[in-house]
Amino acid sequence: MTVQVVTANRLRDGVIVWLTADLGWSEEFTESRPLRDEAEAKAALEAAGVAVKARLVVGPYLAEVDETPEGLKPNSARERIRASRLPTITPDQGSWTGRIEG
Amino acid sequence: MAILKHGALQPNDWLTVADDAALPEGKPAVVSLDRWLKERDTLIGRNTPIGVKLKSDQSPVALKEDLERLALIVLEFPKFTDGRGYSHARTLRQRLGYKGELRASGQVLRDQYLFMDRCGIDSIEIADEAKVDGYLESLGEFSIWYQPAADRRPTVRALRAAKRTEPSGGSAVVRESVAASWAY
Amino acid sequence: MYRYDEFDATFVAERVKQFRGQVERRLAGELGEDEFRPLRLQNGLYLQLHAYMLRIAVPYGVLSSKQLRKLAFIARRYDKGFGHFTTRQNIQFNWPELVDVPDILDHLASVEMHAIQTSGNCIRNVTADHFAGVAPDEIEDPRVWAEIIRQWSTLHPEFAFLPRKFKIAVTGASHDRAAVKFHDIGLKMVKNEAGEIGFEVIVGGGMGRTPAIGPTIRGFLPKQHLLSYLEAVLRVYNLLGRRDNLYKARIKILVAATGTQEFARLVEEEWARIKDGALTLPAEEVARIERYFQPPAYEKLPAISTELETAKRGDATFARWLKANTHAHKVDGYSIVTISLKPEGGAPGDASADQMDLIADLADEYSFKELRVTHHQNLVLPNVRKQDLYALWQRLAAVRLANPNVGFLTDIIACPGLDYCNLANARSIPIAQRLSRRFNDFQRLEEIGELRLNISGCINACGHHHAGNIGILGVDKQGEEFYQITLGGSSKDDSSIGKIIGPAFAIDQVADAVENIVNVYLEKRTGQDERFLETFRRVGIDPFKEKVYGNSQARRPAAE
Repeated sequence: MTVQVVTANRLRDGVIVWLTADLGWSEEFTESRPLRDEAEAKAALEAAGVAVKARLVVGPYLAEVDETPEGLKPNSARERIRASRLPTITPDQGSWTGRIEG
Repeated sequence: MAILKHGALQPNDWLTVADDAALPEGKPAVVSLDRWLKERDTLIGRNTPIGVKLKSDQSPVALKEDLERLALIVLEFPKFTDGRGYSHARTLRQRLGYKGELRASGQVLRDQYLFMDRCGIDSIEIADEAKVDGYLESLGEFSIWYQPAADRRPTVRALRAAKRTEPSGGSAVVRESVAASWAY
Repeated sequence: MYRYDEFDATFVAERVKQFRGQVERRLAGELGEDEFRPLRLQNGLYLQLHAYMLRIAVPYGVLSSKQLRKLAFIARRYDKGFGHFTTRQNIQFNWPELVDVPDILDHLASVEMHAIQTSGNCIRNVTADHFAGVAPDEIEDPRVWAEIIRQWSTLHPEFAFLPRKFKIAVTGASHDRAAVKFHDIGLKMVKNEAGEIGFEVIVGGGMGRTPAIGPTIRGFLPKQHLLSYLEAVLRVYNLLGRRDNLYKARIKILVAATGTQEFARLVEEEWARIKDGALTLPAEEVARIERYFQPPAYEKLPAISTELETAKRGDATFARWLKANTHAHKVDGYSIVTISLKPEGGAPGDASADQMDLIADLADEYSFKELRVTHHQNLVLPNVRKQDLYALWQRLAAVRLANPNVGFLTDIIACPGLDYCNLANARSIPIAQRLSRRFNDFQRLEEIGELRLNISGCINACGHHHAGNIGILGVDKQGEEFYQITLGGSSKDDSSIGKIIGPAFAIDQVADAVENIVNVYLEKRTGQDERFLETFRRVGIDPFKEKVYGNSQARRPAAE
């Protein structure tokens, strides 16, 4: 089975978050808890369900990732963009002014 | 299941009867449209009030000839996103002239109540009695209406016209209309 | 432009208060996401890929300088310093926090703006010709009617839960700049044989998964019956539109399945019942709205400005901009100016807060404090004295806002795509950036002439790819981005839907493919007068196909 992680958006501000090893939520993809089988995935989604009820996050789902020697890597265009937490547009081109780097 | 009607919680006097069940003696009963069409002649003969429940894909035009015999029509909202009941309600009130009770059943959320009220639905089933204050509050969230519907609230056009003739504002029009609400 | 009276102001304030309560109930757990979602959507609030996104209505594209400054303020205070103008003449902010949105809506209300019905399965913000009121080819000003529709559709109790979203566009001109045939309802003002003005009613056009050019269901509708007729169309749709399949729920599917004639009959039948009721528009109500759209205090000027002629002769760069970015005005001595939001390497339709402030200043100085947003994602100063054009251009050029590419290949329409959007399959903006760099040669752009290139990041077609002379659609193949190219679409009077050229391309192949397509056109056209679309219609898709797939460089058909 491919490795999966659970991701969602935080309710209050919409920021992308990942379910961590201690079943908390992190803004860093690299802190995701790797889910290696069905049982782990199910348990993680249940934990996410509790967070939904507690109004912490919205719309949790499982995303497939690659496990590499350097750690987990998102393996789709969508999840790569989410993991980077920014659009891919380079700030020096066009009007993307990205206050976020400051 | 509580009934919210004309601004207050009310006991539900009506029994919804399954198609294959016998009608209760001496108690108001609601039957499906199918049953109504099939057993119309017998049902008309009953001495207790009778109502019909319409699914969202059933047109109330099928009841056109029977509206005066019906004390209640129930419109089903299977999901709150199914908005056909709003058109059915206006059809009943404004085109067919139905004067009896028009009730919404199913997934009836607080934030839909005002739309229902404007379309001529005058009672709703609510799952949780504790939430009744929220439903009532929702009716007072707006005082401006941009289009005529099945209610008696004055449209913004009427308010503007009233202001032109009575510069103190259209407040008199508002008061009068609220008093007249739920009269169809 | 339209100004709120006390009633409009009261209403918008009540709406903000209601939404504030809904947000509070959501945060307190009284509303689940399933229940909250349609409520936030009907206030323009999406949950997108990175964050919430707030879509603010710019009714029929008309904006005051004061409103634009408020948008700049919101961009700085609640977002990351920029906003995105959309193909529906709205503006979107990509990073607001849910807890801030009620405050943002309060700020908007202070300048007579809102985000009501910019999303959800309801009647959306009405769009119109962006040159309304100033175009020389206009029969009547569509803004009056768009405003009447806006008011009627606002919180319409019967049509808040339609099978699917519903978009209405109005044009009053003989040339369609509002893409009326691609809307759920398109209204085109026409004159009948008796010389009266009314509406041609087009129903069931649209983009999306199943693109359709809307058929006319009524050739002439007297103006006073506009609202009752719209209500009849909406009621038929609300009752009969499909609710079992999201992808078949738009009115275009109903019209196609019912047949235009039968659909028209159903509408006429319903309309006959309500025609002379409370929705009939009294002349004084129309006159009241018309008064808001009176022309500004134009000066009496000669048709030809000698200052302008001198400047044009003396400055070739200015002359180029003048040719591409200004348009004929109905009043002598005035011009309509389009400010291109399509800089080289930029995100189409994006404007920074500083740019918004500056453009607001220019609107104050040069255009009676008024602006327009176009569905091509540009901004317009609708009333500029010809003698001021050179000074205006210098101000724009100083801040890289004088790109002379309006109507050319790099005047690209693009949705936000996978960089922002939760529904997207592929990114759109990087494709626009690459093309704008590849074709950043104005002499060449002029040589190519009028060419509309539109990019959508998914089949929902917010980037109007079906209507592009060249359309690019992002698709997903096993989690990676590919791009399908269509040719021959148009949203003008000669509306047509683009045809797919062949297998999709990888991101690095798209610019080459477009270049090949353009070269085939240049080679095949009979002369510079023959537009891309005309050549395509004359020679067909084959020569393009051969060139694009026939050489090894662009081959490697990336996906089937």
